[in-house]
Amino acid sequence: MDSALLITQLLNGLQLGILLFLLAAGLTLIFGIMDFINLAHGSFYMVGAYICGTLVVLLDSFVLGVLLAIPLTMAVGYVTEVLIARSLYLRDHLDHVLATFGIILIFDTVTHLIWGAEGMVIPLPDWLNGQITVSETIQLPSYRIAIISVGLLVAAGMYYVVSKTRLGMLIRAGASNRTMVQALGVDIKVLFSLVFAAGAAIAGVAGMMISPITGASIGMGNDIIIVAFVVIIIGGIGSIKGAFVGALIVGMIDTLGRSYLDQLLKLFMNTETAETAAPAISAMLIYILMAIILAVRPQGLFPPKVR
Amino acid sequence: MRTSNFLTPKWLFSVALLLLLAVTPILSDIFDQAFYLSIATRILILTIAAISLNFILGYGGMISLGHAAFIGIGAYCVGIPIYHDYSSGWLHIFLAITVSALFALITGAISLRTKGVHFIMITMAFAQMAFFLFLSMDEYGGDDGLTIWYDSEFFSGIDIDNPTTFYYICFVSLILVMYLYHRLVASRFGRVIRGAKSNEKRMQALGYSTYNYRLVAYVISGAVCGYAGALMGNYTNFISPDMMGWTRSGELIFMVVLGGTATAFGPVFGVLSFLVLEEMLPNVMDMIHDGAGFYWHLPFGLILLFVVLFVRGGISGFLDRLGKR
Repeated sequence: MDSALLITQLLNGLQLGILLFLLAAGLTLIFGIMDFINLAHGSFYMVGAYICGTLVVLLDSFVLGVLLAIPLTMAVGYVTEVLIARSLYLRDHLDHVLATFGIILIFDTVTHLIWGAEGMVIPLPDWLNGQITVSETIQLPSYRIAIISVGLLVAAGMYYVVSKTRLGMLIRAGASNRTMVQALGVDIKVLFSLVFAAGAAIAGVAGMMISPITGASIGMGNDIIIVAFVVIIIGGIGSIKGAFVGALIVGMIDTLGRSYLDQLLKLFMNTETAETAAPAISAMLIYILMAIILAVRPQGLFPPKVR
Repeated sequence: MRTSNFLTPKWLFSVALLLLLAVTPILSDIFDQAFYLSIATRILILTIAAISLNFILGYGGMISLGHAAFIGIGAYCVGIPIYHDYSSGWLHIFLAITVSALFALITGAISLRTKGVHFIMITMAFAQMAFFLFLSMDEYGGDDGLTIWYDSEFFSGIDIDNPTTFYYICFVSLILVMYLYHRLVASRFGRVIRGAKSNEKRMQALGYSTYNYRLVAYVISGAVCGYAGALMGNYTNFISPDMMGWTRSGELIFMVVLGGTATAFGPVFGVLSFLVLEEMLPNVMDMIHDGAGFYWHLPFGLILLFVVLFVRGGISGFLDRLGKR
């Protein structure tokens, strides 16, 4: 096996895992605290990417663009929460699925109206566009390293806020018993808005990070959000730690499955069968994993403690 | 005193609607609008699928976000045999029903061990597996889809290529499926399913294995939906994995909710309104401002939100309230 290729693939898997974590973190908090299924979470991933792209071109600075796009995406999330999501928390899950499906349609069309159908490419500055030479055969693209570092930084930041601050304490308390938190005099509405907006901003960061590589496009969030749901179900709904571990597992399995499954299958099948079966199975791998976990351990790998 | 169930606005509306559907081919012939016959056929087929979803979702409380997979499987059960030149319609229908039922049995047996959001997500996951399975089958077009060159063949003399003949096959199928579910809901089996929705523990305490009842309901639902898929394959003559995407399943749920869950005629109202909106919105918007029709998803999404937030019980519930005034 080619070691340089293996390292590249491991890096890709890590990158996908980090991006999925950024999406899943908000999703799992929103579900854990508000008991709200937000299929439209992927829309913030898309909106973040588009806002960031516009700002980067306008300001001619990648870093400034990203830094300004984050609060703007947060504002979009806040407005969505106040206008729509807030009135849905006490409804049943069916209403959540439908209403957020409607929100997706609205976001996709509005994005189309503002930015057009072509999609958007976000230019990278030179200092991020190079290669980092590790050894003679191994070169790592510096932007991918940057994505992974930013993702880990956000993860560390979230860990700090959730487990070490008063705000984080309220969030955790809200996740385990929101009625009690309310009874103790905390304005739960503000807390909900904050969590929703922060989740939207973090999903936006994921969109901003990926779009220099893949470009921003209409509906870019709709496929990945489903994978993010797979992640939080594998990790255990409501748990940040679960989202992190789940995201890395899903990112790695998906990436490595797509590149190495055919070789693995060839060990016990003939070449032709392996080559036809591998793409199908590798695309299904994460769903198979989720089905197995749901069947054996429905609460996920790291369910939040007590309810 | 027992009040009459007849002559309520809902009842009159439902009967009028069925009569209208019964004579649609004649009307479309008189006004020379083949286009409307085509839409009406699609309405009939999707209504069959929506009724099958309504039984488990509305009466049984099982929110399946993967029902589009059964439509897709049913359609491929027509497409793949025809690709290999097996043209018998009986074979297609047999395959569509058994393969869908089998898929429902396997996935249902696993999915029904979970509840709530987990059930929604696991049904979606299985549908995604089916989606990727068909996506990767290059032999049958994969991503590009598969063209069905000719329709299923039944008796000599019946040519389902004829739109009117095909329409009436769909119409009769719909009436039969409505009757089947009408009997099912009222039966002891249906009562157990409804009882398990409102209080599962109580049903279990009464000695019913709710899991087994639900599994049977899920399999029946899958099989009927697969049958709708076989009709759909004959209707579109072009099938692709796109038919199974999770957004399609979302649309199917919307149709059921729009019409009113757990009602006999809800799915008919829901599918009809959904497709009429889908066809009319772009045209109406183009009339207001040229080119605006392209963005019909925006008002459509707003309508969806409005229905979820403010319209309790969907169209069926609205008609009920109309009758109480």
